[in-house]
Amino acid sequence: MAKVLVMKERKEKFTNLSNMDIKSVYTPEDVKNIEDSKDIGLPCEFPFTRGIHQTMYRGRLWTMRQFSGFGAAEDTNKRFKYLLKHGETGLSTAFDMPTLMGYDSDNPRAAGEVGVCGVAIDTIADMEILFDGIPLDEVTVSMTINAPASILLSMYIAVADKKGIPLNKLGGTTQNDMLKEYTAQKEWIFPPEPSLRLITDTIIYCARNLPKWHPISISGYHIREAGSTAVQELAFTLYDGLTYVEGVIKRGLSIDEFAPRLSFFFNSHNDFFEEIAKFRAARRIWAREIKKRYNPKDERSMTLRFHTQTAGCSLTAQQPYNNIVRVTLQALSAVLGGTQSLHTDSMDETYAIPTEEAVRIALRTQQIIAHESGVTNTIDPLGGSYYIENLTNKMEDAVYEYFKKLDDMGGMVSAIEKGFPQKEIKESAYSYQKEIDSKERLIVGVNDFIEEEKAPVEVFKTNPDVERKQIQRLKDIKGNRDKKRLKMALEDLKRAAHGDENLMPFIIEAVKSYATIGEICDVLKEVLGTYKEPIV
Amino acid sequence: MIRDALTNEGIEVIYTGLHKTPEEIVNTAINEKVDVIGISSMTGAHNLIFQRVFELLNERGKNIPVFAGGIIPDGDIPKLKEMGIKEVFLPGTELKGIVEFIKGLS
Ligand code: B12
Repeated sequence: MAKVLVMKERKEKFTNLSNMDIKSVYTPEDVKNIEDSKDIGLPCEFPFTRGIHQTMYRGRLWTMRQFSGFGAAEDTNKRFKYLLKHGETGLSTAFDMPTLMGYDSDNPRAAGEVGVCGVAIDTIADMEILFDGIPLDEVTVSMTINAPASILLSMYIAVADKKGIPLNKLGGTTQNDMLKEYTAQKEWIFPPEPSLRLITDTIIYCARNLPKWHPISISGYHIREAGSTAVQELAFTLYDGLTYVEGVIKRGLSIDEFAPRLSFFFNSHNDFFEEIAKFRAARRIWAREIKKRYNPKDERSMTLRFHTQTAGCSLTAQQPYNNIVRVTLQALSAVLGGTQSLHTDSMDETYAIPTEEAVRIALRTQQIIAHESGVTNTIDPLGGSYYIENLTNKMEDAVYEYFKKLDDMGGMVSAIEKGFPQKEIKESAYSYQKEIDSKERLIVGVNDFIEEEKAPVEVFKTNPDVERKQIQRLKDIKGNRDKKRLKMALEDLKRAAHGDENLMPFIIEAVKSYATIGEICDVLKEVLGTYKEPIV
Repeated sequence: MIRDALTNEGIEVIYTGLHKTPEEIVNTAINEKVDVIGISSMTGAHNLIFQRVFELLNERGKNIPVFAGGIIPDGDIPKLKEMGIKEVFLPGTELKGIVEFIKGLS
């Protein structure tokens, strides 16, 4: 008998971030249940595991889109132009906390927050400055806005109108995903049901008037950043998506009228292969579910397109230059997973919103992957790998287990009311933090390879005078508007909110008459109510 | 998460939820008779918020220890400590350290 010396492994168990056991090696045995034509196929073919386009990055690279916003509209406008000058190919807008919560800059709750974490927008006048000199019929613009999404979209439409750009030329995205607000980001105004109505209104309005707009970006990003696992991110997000689809179908649209314009937003975290498998599984599950439930005629109704952001929560305050390396790996996962659009975090993520230098390096990281690494030469280069295909399947199975639980609870809204997704996420976050504290998981510079350091990077500061100036501008606008037109617009909106008409045309008229975001939200709150958080 | 770490260590936590004004924080703290107040500030409004919290506590003659966590630039920490903040926990702090600190205070 031959003696074999087996070296002891470094750890008893090797797991990914969803706590799945990973084997030492994968072989044909591990993919024997996978049928190539049924489960993998070719790019642009059902179930779209390998990608949604025929040529993928050989035809067109992903959109390089850095989330940015701070100060007043003119400050962010300058940052937008800086990024475009350095080769960014799409814009992404970060709003400040008051705007995200539907408060005007002069609201007492806005004190100290105006223009700090994003750009301050009160009226269409700010929106005009924000996009001054930017060709809205050529650049696509994404807006990270949720509870007041219909209002910001209305402002965008009104600005385009003023510039003489036809609505059918407007390309971009509003995040507009409230279900994940209740579970993860926690920027709510109205309760779930009226929120769903507003979202459905925007989807229907866009289907009829803005054929190139993505009215919603169904987001797993925030769920993951709140501490979920990759599986939970995928399961809750896809289930949210199916909830929105059902809402629109119930209002009488056919699947092909709106599904091709739905978009998704995922996180790309540290476990390289797990993330790639997640993106592939996402496409396959979505295609299968839409086909099974609605049997669309248009293939595009089944294709899941998505934006990716690297994982802010994985970046460290310690030795911040290491973050550039983390972001590179995460961005590479997103590209190997077939993303349509990408934001790469900056190395100063834990300190403040990024300096120009930090965000430029983040953008350069994408450009290096795109133009130097060679990974864009062929589509889904990891397709067929025993490990990746096995993992893609495992992700899919785990997602279906969550689907079943959510079905049993009567759907997402009632699961949220019971606090189920919130609790699942919280528990994962806590156990992950524990693993780091106990050094079960090593994070370089945090719980090992530690160095003494002092003020390691330059930190971005917003201009402290922004709040005062913004409040002054708001005051001037309020003093100069056509009061009669404004009053009528707000009254009409209120009446419509009581009924079941689509609210978009009413909101558009309100913003055109220089109603502020706060005034519109107040009218809507009065009719639709406000949300109270269940403590889980 | 902070709430879980403390609760697991036998410390009772009254969680106010998010997006609270200084007035709401101080009211809750006084009504619930808490021993310490912990405030997380991620959005850069910390200087204003903490100043107001101390004003309100003073107005009502209460001397409850206050500590902070979140995204707070190094340069602001001396100012906050001067205001009376006992400790500021920045990203990357171990949960254990926070738990020990609070046990030491109360
Ligand atoms: C995760 C995250 C999110 C998630 C939050 C999900 C959730 N429900 O938790 C999502 C994606 C939703 C999000 C959204 C936004 N975010 Co954010 N986010 C982060 C991120 C990446 C990590 C924060 C985190 O949770 N870390 C993990 C925990 C364990 O660490 P921690 O919070 O730092 O807490 C530690 C200490 O600070 C301390 N601590 C903190 N609080 C407290 C409280 C007490 C009582 C105690 C004792 C200790 C303590 O103890 C903890 C343990 O070490 C940070 C950047 C970073 N890497 O730090 C940005 C960051 C905080 N976000 C930022 C911004 C701008 C936003 C948005 C405003 C973006 C926008 N314009 O839309 C929104 C606002 C959302 C909201 N509702 O407030 C900025 C803030 C910038 C600034 N202040 O200058 C940051 C710094 C990112 C950046 N560089 O731009 N975000």
